[in-house]
Amino acid sequence: MTDVATTAIAVEAPARRKRRIPYAAIIGTLPMIIVSFSVFFVAIIFVVIWSFTNSGMFPGFNFVGLAQYTRLWSTSLWQVAVNNIWFFGVMSLCVNLVFGFLLAVFMDQNIKHESVFRTIFLYPFSMSLVVTGLAWQWILDPNLGLQESIRNLGWTDFALAPLVHRETAIYGLVVAGIWQGSGVTMAIMLAGLRGVDQEVWKAAKIDGIPTWRTYLFIVIPMMRGALGTVLLLQLTGIVRTFDLVYAMTSGGPGIATQMPAMYVISFITVRLNVGQGMAAATMLLLPIALILIIRAIVTTVQARRRGINA
Amino acid sequence: MTAEALDATGFAGPHGAKPKQLSWGRVGIYAFLVIAALFFLVPLYVMLVTSLKSMPEVREAHIFNLPREPTIQPWIDAMFNACTGRNCTGLSPGFWNSVKITVPSVIVSIIIASINGYALSFWKYKGAEFFFNLLVFGAFVPYQVVIYPIIIGMSKVHLFGTLPGIIIVHTIFGMPLLTILFRNFYSSLPIEIFKAARIDGAGFWQTFFKVMLPMSVPITVVAVILQVTGIWNDFLFGLVFAGTENIPMTLQLNNMVKTTQGTIQYDVNMAATMLTALVPLIIYFVSGKWFVRGIAAGAVKG
Repeated sequence: MTDVATTAIAVEAPARRKRRIPYAAIIGTLPMIIVSFSVFFVAIIFVVIWSFTNSGMFPGFNFVGLAQYTRLWSTSLWQVAVNNIWFFGVMSLCVNLVFGFLLAVFMDQNIKHESVFRTIFLYPFSMSLVVTGLAWQWILDPNLGLQESIRNLGWTDFALAPLVHRETAIYGLVVAGIWQGSGVTMAIMLAGLRGVDQEVWKAAKIDGIPTWRTYLFIVIPMMRGALGTVLLLQLTGIVRTFDLVYAMTSGGPGIATQMPAMYVISFITVRLNVGQGMAAATMLLLPIALILIIRAIVTTVQARRRGINA
Repeated sequence: MTAEALDATGFAGPHGAKPKQLSWGRVGIYAFLVIAALFFLVPLYVMLVTSLKSMPEVREAHIFNLPREPTIQPWIDAMFNACTGRNCTGLSPGFWNSVKITVPSVIVSIIIASINGYALSFWKYKGAEFFFNLLVFGAFVPYQVVIYPIIIGMSKVHLFGTLPGIIIVHTIFGMPLLTILFRNFYSSLPIEIFKAARIDGAGFWQTFFKVMLPMSVPITVVAVILQVTGIWNDFLFGLVFAGTENIPMTLQLNNMVKTTQGTIQYDVNMAATMLTALVPLIIYFVSGKWFVRGIAAGAVKG
């Protein structure tokens, strides 16, 4: 299908409605044609191809089968990175969704100064993840930060310095990520809540359904669109996780907070092992491809069901 | 409209006039919101007060205390004197590099995306949808996946590590979202506007410049906000593509904070962090509603 589509530009369309080819439009969108095809199609194919080669400093085409992948999955750095992204991803996603939803629900209670609260909840999102990382690194500083300040107030055995311990550093990252990103979840969820028909609430009230159950079993299923958007934004963000970790822990202590995206960058910029880097990059692409396929299936099923109902 | 919908939640009492009495439920709602607001505000507050203290005061380790003797010296040092390794220029070179990167990238990416959106809405040629779908797919691809082939491509044309190179990279990665944004906007315009222009004999470019562009102010504002904050806040592309000559502010900030020799100047570090956050923060507070609209527009994809 793709071949047909690309060649069809040059070939005269079998005219159902005889129309001239809009050359100006093609020239105008030339950057789009070049970028979408070369970066999001050809480049990705090359990435996958190189992942099957033993390319070292420079890319080559000496194929070694799955050797890079076996090496990748037997490298402890990668194993740690994958475990981390699972842990970080699941934690961030759950906390972000629950916290964002709660914020939206509470914002939706006809409160005063809504725009003030909204401004406060959303401002961290305008700041870069590097700034976020450095700010939280300072707050969680074991010697002069939050821990020491509270000890100085009299609670002398207070301990909260997650970043210096291997087991807890990742929680620090989660908190910083939540701080930066949950405002957006709130904004999208709030829009979703306000899109729910008021009649639903009236009906639930008449039936005597408690508010929390109305939210859980009626409203949440009705705001699938907003939920899907949040989920998609969050998941793509999580797979990309790089800046925050780089700034906040640099992957440490030791390799305790390494991430797959950092593995890729490190192998193509510092360690100069292209084949290995590309194998890792291909693995990075896999979850996104899966998500997009699932999403496509869900939308087709939904469309078909809607078609039957209509 | 929304206020009525909210009343029905049960928290706000019966329909009609707003309840005057303060119920425990209301107190709970506000308590939750205020505590949440504190969680969001405290880091900014801590950054700010730390950046206004002198180092002896910072060492007392009372991060929540207001500065006893407020000083803007850390800010001046952060901008002009602080050292990155042996290089003691402060953040000012990074600031100007970020300006040099951001301004052209924003302009180029928005021009290209608006033409894309316009063509995709009114001048669909065969295959256009295919390329658009590729772009939509590109919006989800982790940047790290395609960075290496881009490095190779850039090196082939000798643009790797140059200013035009990083501008091109920002244009590439801004294109998916911006094109979706502009396409959605132009598609929502009544087709009659386009048809009228065509009947008057206007072609592709004439219709674009004379009819569509003047109508695109709101969406362009949203796009500018999105792009300026996005490119200003970028770290990864700066790290990989900018080369040593064009290190953006975020990258220089990180290097500065990480390579301090001797005693760490926390006050200067926080001033530097605030300085780097300042441009997007100002945009956020000035643009307000528009910023939220940008997020919403970006989220419409789903």
